[in-house]
Order: sequence, then structure tokens, then C-alpha cells
Amino acid sequence: MVSVDNNGNSSSLVQVRGLNKTYRRGGEQIQVLQGLNLDVDKGDFVAFMGPSGSGKTTLLNLLGGLDVPTAGTVSVAGDEITHMSSGKLTEWRARHVGFVFQMYNLIPVLTAYQNVELPLLLTRLSNSKRRQHVETALSIVGLAERIHHFPRQLSGGQEQRVAIARAIVSDPTFLLCDEPTGDLDRKSADEIMALIEELVSQHGKTVLMVTHDPVVAARAHTTLHLEKGVLVEASKSRQNVTAGGVA
Amino acid sequence: MKFSQLILANLFRKKVRLLLTLGCFAVALFLFAFLAVVKKAFTGGADLASANRLVTINRVSIIQPIPLSYRDKIARIPGVESVTHDNWFGGVYQDEKNFFPQFAIDPEKQRKVFPELIVPEDQWNNFLKDRQGAIAGARTAKRFGWKIGDRIPIKTTIYGTNSAWEFVIDGIYHGKRPEDDETQFWFQWDYFEERVPERLKGLTGWYTVKLTSPDDALRVAKTIDAEFANSPYETKTETESAFAASWAKQFGNIEFLILTIGTVVFFTLLLVTGNTMAISVRERTGELAILKAIGFKDHSVLFFVLTEALAIALVGGLLGLALAILAIPALGAALNGLLPNLVLSKSMIAVGLGFALVVGAASGLLPGIGAMRLRVVDAMRRI
Repeated sequence: MVSVDNNGNSSSLVQVRGLNKTYRRGGEQIQVLQGLNLDVDKGDFVAFMGPSGSGKTTLLNLLGGLDVPTAGTVSVAGDEITHMSSGKLTEWRARHVGFVFQMYNLIPVLTAYQNVELPLLLTRLSNSKRRQHVETALSIVGLAERIHHFPRQLSGGQEQRVAIARAIVSDPTFLLCDEPTGDLDRKSADEIMALIEELVSQHGKTVLMVTHDPVVAARAHTTLHLEKGVLVEASKSRQNVTAGGVA
Repeated sequence: MKFSQLILANLFRKKVRLLLTLGCFAVALFLFAFLAVVKKAFTGGADLASANRLVTINRVSIIQPIPLSYRDKIARIPGVESVTHDNWFGGVYQDEKNFFPQFAIDPEKQRKVFPELIVPEDQWNNFLKDRQGAIAGARTAKRFGWKIGDRIPIKTTIYGTNSAWEFVIDGIYHGKRPEDDETQFWFQWDYFEERVPERLKGLTGWYTVKLTSPDDALRVAKTIDAEFANSPYETKTETESAFAASWAKQFGNIEFLILTIGTVVFFTLLLVTGNTMAISVRERTGELAILKAIGFKDHSVLFFVLTEALAIALVGGLLGLALAILAIPALGAALNGLLPNLVLSKSMIAVGLGFALVVGAASGLLPGIGAMRLRVVDAMRRI
């Protein structure tokens, strides 16, 4: 279940309370997020929408421990991450977060296998265990036959699949997807979304996704709209979303 | 090492740039090795000099002779264990380009004063019996393909007639240490004495004095010079190392010259490699941000950048030193024995590699710290 108006305690996987983020640009203070509350349960698939500059990516960065809020707290699986040191936060990210970015962000000099293996290099897994995990992740995204291909030898959709395999290989608590289909054609975007849906429905993953595309957002269980730094619950089921936008 | 694939992949990311950077290190280390052996050849005499030997020359200049009669007076000074005398011959073997130092020596005392230069006993005994006998250094013998029993004509350029003096190779000496000078050519003092013009008979070029203890060096040197003060042939006595150092200084301040060139080369190398590493890191800002996003710590990122820089420095440095090891003997041959000790020692190799690694670390440090401090959010915004 997803909620944006709870400001008390809950047992949700992700719990955000009174989240503020202010940037200083020159002498000017820009408030991006204002007192934001959010609860996301395990296995939820949430899409964040909103105009450019509304703070979607900022919210995702705060949820993923890539940035620190000006005020408020973010707790994930009981860990309050907002007061963690940089080093602890890095360790926490390695254990709990799988990132999927719009531009895939694979390391171009590494093969698909090596890219997916990267998060596992931070664990104590043996070579054979790492291989097993990487092959499983790549087979889940349908690229078992392409493990020795470099990113330049793959299509955009395939690159994003590798990026998703990299995000899930260490079995993180949740996935954060920032415009995962933003650089893909419609067909590839559909395939990627089908894959993300499969991760949620069959593998029980929790996915928080930022997108501009209402069709993509419609595949999520819940779509939340960011307006002037505040979250608004736009729809709770895909029936409420049409191809033209939020109903 | 589980990160080796990532480091290697990054190293080989731009092969041309990698080759050029390796080449940069290789050339610098080659030049370093070259300058080091040349410096050693000029100044090495001082390092090799025995602490318990003095050299006595004419106070005016080494090219002015001193009387042979001084020998016994020097030998009687307390603290002197042995004394020998030598004279520069300066002859030409076949062609002026075939330079090597030739000395008329005192066979009686030569081996006592210079025990580090080894002649096999049987060869030495043959030499003592042969008035025209000569002992050649192993390098010179090898250079001209001389064997025991060969007759060697050497044309004199100093002592009167422009005729060739004929010598018979009775022995070949080797140095105990690799740096020892094995280019000299020794022949019998008596043969020299009988053939020089009358005005030069009874004179010698210099004395080498072996002391019973190095602690006596200053006292004995002062005593020798005092003994012959106010005579027509006043002397100047100094330790063998001081003599070798002042000999090297005749060619100018080689050490300063080499140090200056070396410093310029390494500073330039630092700028070039530092710039290359900075560009390489800047190009990878997004990738480094991703690594940090997925859980690589700041010090891991610094480690990757530094390891790359050190690997380039090490491989480039080894390449340059390997080239130097191959090229230095050829250089020695090309110089026709003009510089005796072109030896690239283990300590020079270690110092060279040390310099390369310091330059590598310095060039990787700033970009590495920059990468370490990189904020993921800022870097992702720039992609």
C-alpha cells in the first residue's frame, strides 16, 4: 500500500517523514521538496510523475541515499538513512538499493557479465557464487546469450536490461528507476516495463520509478504526482490512467 | 584480485593514449639510466676509491712529473704500508679512436696497492719475466680480441719518436667489483724507463700510497707534502677519492648538469602524466559516479585511479630500464672506451623505478582525490 498523508509511525518498507530539500543557487534558495510524507510497502510499484524541475529525481536521490535532505527523515526497512555518514550510506546503498538510470550508465569497457558483476565485487561471494548470481540475473532479463558482449554491441533496450540485471544481482531491498524508458523507442520501452512488472509480480521486488511518460506510469500500481514540492496521489490503479494522461 | 578486471579494462580503454603515456615513462627512465651511468662513469672513481689510498702528484699539475727518488722517502713515512708509481703513456693503438688508458707500472708493488684488480698468478709471473710484457684489462682485451701471447704495437705520441712500442700480452686482469675499471693497459716500468728521452728518466707521473689505516690519511698526506716542500718538485697529496673527484671536475660540474637535466625530465613527465590522468578521470566522471552509487567507497575510487597511474609508471619505467640495459653496452662500445664504467647497477635501477613510482603516484593523486570527492548527484547531473 502507498500513502502520502501519513505522518505517524508505520510498518512500511519505505517511510518518508517531513522531507524537505532546498538548493542554494547563487544567493537564492530554491525549495524543491516541502514536508513530504510517503509510505511504500514491500512489493509495491510506484511511479512518480511531474513536470521538469518538480523534484522527482531529487526525491529518488534522497530515497536512494545519494543525496541528503535539508530536513525530514527517510527510513528503509527500519534503517534511518538520513543521518548516516557518507561511508555508512555507501555500504547501505550496496546492500539495499538497485539503481536503473535513463542512460543505462554501463561501464563501456566491461562486458555485460562484468557490468552485472560489479555490485557483487563488494561482497564476500566466491568467484563461482558470483558467476551463478550474474548468470541468474542476466537470464531473468533475457540476456543469457549476451554475457560477453560489450555495451556498444547491444541495442538500447538490451543495455537497459543489463542495467536492470546489475540493479537486481545483489537482491536489493528496492529498485529506484529514473526514467528507465526515457531513451528507448516504444517497443523497447514496453519490453523494459514488462520486465520491471515481472520483477515486481514474480520476484516480489519493490520498485520506485520516475517517469514523464503516462503510458509507462500506468504500468505501476500507484502513480504519484509531484506538484510544487508536494506529493499528490494521482491514481491507485492502472484503470485510472489513460494513454493520454492521468484521468 | 577481484578488481583487476576493472583496472585492466580502464587501463586499456584508450590504447593509443596508454602507449604514449607508457612511452613517456619509458623515454624518461631510459634517459635517467643513461644519465646515471654517465654520471657514474665520471664520478664513480671517487666512489670506488679505496679509503686507505693516497695519490701524490706534482703540486703544479698532474702532467708535471715528480722524481722517482721520492718513492723511498715516502715509503719510510710512518703509516705508509706500500707505495707504487705509475706514468701515463698516452699511446695510440691502430687508430686514435681506439682510446684506452695505458700506464707504465711498478710491477713490484702494483698488486699490493691495487688488490682489487686481479691477475692470475701464472700470468703475473710471466709478466714479471717479460720486459715487453703487458697486462690488459678484461674489457680492453675483449674489445680488441686480444689473447695471451698476442703482440700489440702501440704508437707513442708523447715520448719522442713517433714509432710503435711493441708489447706482449702476458695477462688479463679482472676487477673484483662490476664497477672496477677493466680498460687499463699496464706494462713494465723498466721497458718505459729505457725508451723515454733522457730528460724524463728518473721521473714518474704520480705515486699511489697505501696506508696501514685510513685514519692516518690526513697526517700522512701532510707529511708527504711537507717532506718535499720548497723543492723543485713540490707535491700535492690527497685521498684517492678526492683525487678522482677533482679529476672528474676537470670535465665541468657533470653532477649538476645531470641533476638539472634529470629534474627537468621528471618534472615534465609529472606534468604530462598528471594531465593525462586528469583527462582520463574527467572522461569517466559518470562511470565513477555510478560505481559510487552502487556502493563503491571513496577510497576504492582513489585506489582505482592510483593503481592505474602506478601500473603505467611501473610498466613504462621497466620498459625504459630494459631498453637502457640493452642500449648501454652498445653506447659503451660506441664511445670506444672513452668512459670506462658504463654499468647500470641494481641501485640505479631501484632508484629509477622509485622515481617512476613517485611520479606515477603524484600524477594519479590529484585526479584520484578529485574522483574520491566527487558527489554522485553532481556527477549524474553532468552526464
